[in-house]
Amino acid sequence: METIKNYFFRDMGVMLGRSMRHILRSMDTIITVTIMPIMFMLLFVYVFGGAIKTGTDNYVNYLLPGILLIAIATGISYTAYRLFIDMQRGILERFHSMPIARSTVLWGHVLTSLVSNAISVVVIILVALMMGFRSSAGVLSWLAVAGILALFTLALTWIAVIAGLSAKSVDGASAFSYPIIFLPFISSAFVPTQSMPGPVRAFAEHQPVTSIVETIRALLSNQPVGNEIWVAIAWCVGIMLVAYIFAMRAYQKRV
Amino acid sequence: MMSQNEIAISAQGLKKSYKNIPVLEGVDFEVKTGSIFALLGSNGAGKTTIVKILATLLKQDSGNVTVNGFDVASKPGNVRQSISLTGQFAAVDEILTGRENLIMIAKLRHLKNPHPVADDLLKRFGLTDAADRRASTYSGGMRRRLDIAMSLVGKPPLIFLDEPTTGLDPEGRMEVWKIVKELAGSGTTVFLTTQYLDEAEQLADRIAILHKGKIIVSGTLAELKKLFPPAKVEYIEKQPTLEEIFLAIIGKKKEEN
Repeated sequence: METIKNYFFRDMGVMLGRSMRHILRSMDTIITVTIMPIMFMLLFVYVFGGAIKTGTDNYVNYLLPGILLIAIATGISYTAYRLFIDMQRGILERFHSMPIARSTVLWGHVLTSLVSNAISVVVIILVALMMGFRSSAGVLSWLAVAGILALFTLALTWIAVIAGLSAKSVDGASAFSYPIIFLPFISSAFVPTQSMPGPVRAFAEHQPVTSIVETIRALLSNQPVGNEIWVAIAWCVGIMLVAYIFAMRAYQKRV
Repeated sequence: MMSQNEIAISAQGLKKSYKNIPVLEGVDFEVKTGSIFALLGSNGAGKTTIVKILATLLKQDSGNVTVNGFDVASKPGNVRQSISLTGQFAAVDEILTGRENLIMIAKLRHLKNPHPVADDLLKRFGLTDAADRRASTYSGGMRRRLDIAMSLVGKPPLIFLDEPTTGLDPEGRMEVWKIVKELAGSGTTVFLTTQYLDEAEQLADRIAILHKGKIIVSGTLAELKKLFPPAKVEYIEKQPTLEEIFLAIIGKKKEEN
């Protein structure tokens, strides 16, 4: 259908507007995706921070990348939730019986995830600036940080799509995100991995969050990123592709 | 013979199974343009399956189905262009207001003037006062009205109503009936499923009874009444209700099996 193709982006815009309204009208979502990570940041900097030896003089600088990942991991659980609710309430069926490309429904949710997570990331960075976060990074480094965060968001969003489409209950739709939210704690996000016992350290150093955190930290402090950036990108792209394939399979099954 | 554009829906030999459990075992029917057609059946008879196939949400295993002259399997895009589905559960966005729901659908139907279209429908369905409240605050009847209003955006010539009054109180039911009658009056074809016999009796021009995956009888109410065993008529005074006809026919089929 030629006409459907012509309207693809417009229809997706309508879908985006719809779920952005959902987010802005739900205090719960705003509190969980921005205020909770900010509370974490305050807690770690002003309560635990004094006792944590990271080898840097500015713990906010050290901590920020991990906090951003936690915020994104929390944010995507709402993508799963919204998708699940759409399916349950029958609005997905309404959209599917209309003359619009069916994929706009899914892409609308994915785009919403990107936009809303970008907003919470910006809000958290602003709060971090007030707490003393400073970066010597140039425009290119900031763009690289944005790109990696966007890739990370996309990778997790497609996992969220699988969860939202295959969940049997509302709780199930968002429960998958808890382990992901927890991953930064067993990484170099809060403390250097050197302080961890052998097996934990081995896990921490080889899980995706560490390479992503290290890359963002290096970019923000104008340090060489080395191979770490490629490891981080490989993780994000790899997870994204696998999750995308399974998400599409789950979607085909549902429609 | 009816000409092609007088037939809104035609199904021939429609079959569908879920994991080897047959749900539809060769369903045949035709729906005339501009009529109200009621598909009657108990829970689990396969009514929703038929609606989903007609609305291109589900693919049949075999059989030919055309909607507004388009084959549902090969031309789903054209079918979707010419229909609207009101599913079993009110498919409204609860977080959006009534007005926003209508505007959203109008935009997705690519209408040039979504706002006046929404205003018109709000007025027509008595939702103007509640237009800027979130749909989650609506009563069951109001939600159903909004749901049907959303289906009318863009004036599709054929609308599917899958159990439109299930879960509504009697007042809400009457409201929906009134809307359906008005719809048919304006030339829209209505395909309705229901498990309430009086609903079919009230609304439908033609009624088909779906039982065990087949249409066991179809016709106008008058025609169905003629099928009622005449011997029985001698013993009762009043006209048989559709309920009695329904139960009698199903009972007869059971004996045959």
